[in-house]
Amino acid sequence: MIETMDQSFVLLQHWVVGFLPLALRPFAVVVLGVVGIVAVFPGLFALSVLLERKGLGRMQNRLGPNRVGPYGILQPIADGIKSLTKEDIVPLSADAAVHFLAPLVLVVAAFLGFAVLPMGRNMVLVDMDASLLFYFAIGASTELSIFMAGWSSRNKYSLLGAMRGVAQMISYEVPLLMSSVAVVMISGSLSLVKIVEAQNHYTWGLPHWYIFTPWGFAGFLLYAIASTAETNRCPFDLPEGESELVAGYFTEYSGFKFALFFLGEYLAMFSISGIGATLFLGGWSAPFEFLTWVPSWIWFFSKLMLSIVVFIWVRGTLPRLRQDQLMNFAWKFVLPLTMLNLFVAGLWRFLGEGWMRWVVCSAILMVAYVAMGRIGMRREHFGPRRYRYAE
Amino acid sequence: MLGEGILKGMAETAKNFFGSYVSAERLTTVEYPEQRIPTAENARVFPFLVYDAENRDGGGPEWEAGLRCVSCQICEKECPPKCIYIEKSKDKKLDYLGKGQFYPTRFEIDISVCMSCQICVEVCPFDAIKMNNEFELSTTDRFGGLLLDREQLAKPNEYYHKIHPTEAAEVDARLAEEKAKFDAKAKAASAAKAAADEAAAKAAAAIKSAEGGS
Repeated sequence: MIETMDQSFVLLQHWVVGFLPLALRPFAVVVLGVVGIVAVFPGLFALSVLLERKGLGRMQNRLGPNRVGPYGILQPIADGIKSLTKEDIVPLSADAAVHFLAPLVLVVAAFLGFAVLPMGRNMVLVDMDASLLFYFAIGASTELSIFMAGWSSRNKYSLLGAMRGVAQMISYEVPLLMSSVAVVMISGSLSLVKIVEAQNHYTWGLPHWYIFTPWGFAGFLLYAIASTAETNRCPFDLPEGESELVAGYFTEYSGFKFALFFLGEYLAMFSISGIGATLFLGGWSAPFEFLTWVPSWIWFFSKLMLSIVVFIWVRGTLPRLRQDQLMNFAWKFVLPLTMLNLFVAGLWRFLGEGWMRWVVCSAILMVAYVAMGRIGMRREHFGPRRYRYAE
Repeated sequence: MLGEGILKGMAETAKNFFGSYVSAERLTTVEYPEQRIPTAENARVFPFLVYDAENRDGGGPEWEAGLRCVSCQICEKECPPKCIYIEKSKDKKLDYLGKGQFYPTRFEIDISVCMSCQICVEVCPFDAIKMNNEFELSTTDRFGGLLLDREQLAKPNEYYHKIHPTEAAEVDARLAEEKAKFDAKAKAASAAKAAADEAAAKAAAAIKSAEGGS
């Protein structure tokens, strides 16, 4: 029974595929998986938009949406209908083809990332050997769509937003990759399925998730920071800073294309949180041994939604950074720490079992964190500007 | 240490989040169509025309007969966005003082143009135009629906008392004083006239008697 619950989606897929002729089956398996992903994640998108609007409202002592349906739960549907019925405006001087393609590229790239994500035991669309690599390669192509949107709109705000976005995403992609390389070093595999399996065992009822190691904890924090910047979320939402750039690279989008950008952004958030959960939080494995009877996909999606809640919480708390602060933070703080974390992960591997490695690794990371915070993030005081004139 | 402030801030927002479910005074939102807060006494939106309820002169409906406006057209000239349109009457009607005055045959305000500056109210020598505080004026007809004519603009003095009690009391006192002054003057004038008439009559009689005597 427990097994059936856990594998219910897999069994459903097999059952449906069983009706088809043998030649069509491999194709049908993939199509069914894609249909599942395309159905589930936009649903989660609607849910998290509602959560975000309600949650942010409550954090600011407001009520949030409460008009459509009981407690406003039908608000996403109303938003969807609104964006579908709105006029789709394309600027006269825009590059129409690229302008049209940009949101599509974003959404397609965001969906492709889910292909390699293990969402439960045996629930992965494509089990690649190098799925982590595939994910980051696909994730990098969202930059392309952002620049396509900014460039083709022929609007200074769009272009500025896109330039900021690309600069930020390339800067933070480095620490994002570096922090996950530590996991690859320890687990010895680029396959996300194998990484989850490496974390899915227990001592004294507690799991061996990588977040419960010094390098894993540091790596998770760095990954969280980099992924916030990578998905252009607050406090790193400079590319779409509404107080300066109208809406950034999607200023010139309206109606359904705007909704697609919105969807793409949330899908990127889901997939990056899913990868984060897989790398550091044990993917679909249960947090305690006595809870292993709960279906694995429930654990995966609750970890996913938990990280979305943290994203919302951070958005409700932190103000937007300035461009130079953003870049300083990436290159002077996050990147050196991720590199040190790689070293610490190696140390962890070669110090062997025992309490020694806990003390050494934690000490190195703590000292580095405090020192980097003091030195690297020292506030620079700009005095009054002195002008020099030609003599 | 780096990140302390962030944690403090996160704690604060979490406190807000849970607190807003527990204590109602955290939520300052007034849910407008169901809940309303009374507008401030001096709130102003668009002008309206005051009429006095007692029918003074002429026929027609009460609002038309009692309009204080004498169509001097000062407001029309002063209006910065030129949203007032007035047509002056050919004949005259008696006003509250009993003097003959013109009246507007058309008085229209385009509230889509009006900027609520209150200049028309300040320049009106007759206290005929005042600011309304009604703000729920949305309409599906953006041309005709937002062009208010005389009948829509006319509101009784009682309404004025209701929305701006202090100001309306002042205006009423001033008008009453003016009327008293005018009446006193008229009385004095009539007394003087009577005296003059009497004197004239006396003089005439004296002349007559003198003529008769000769």
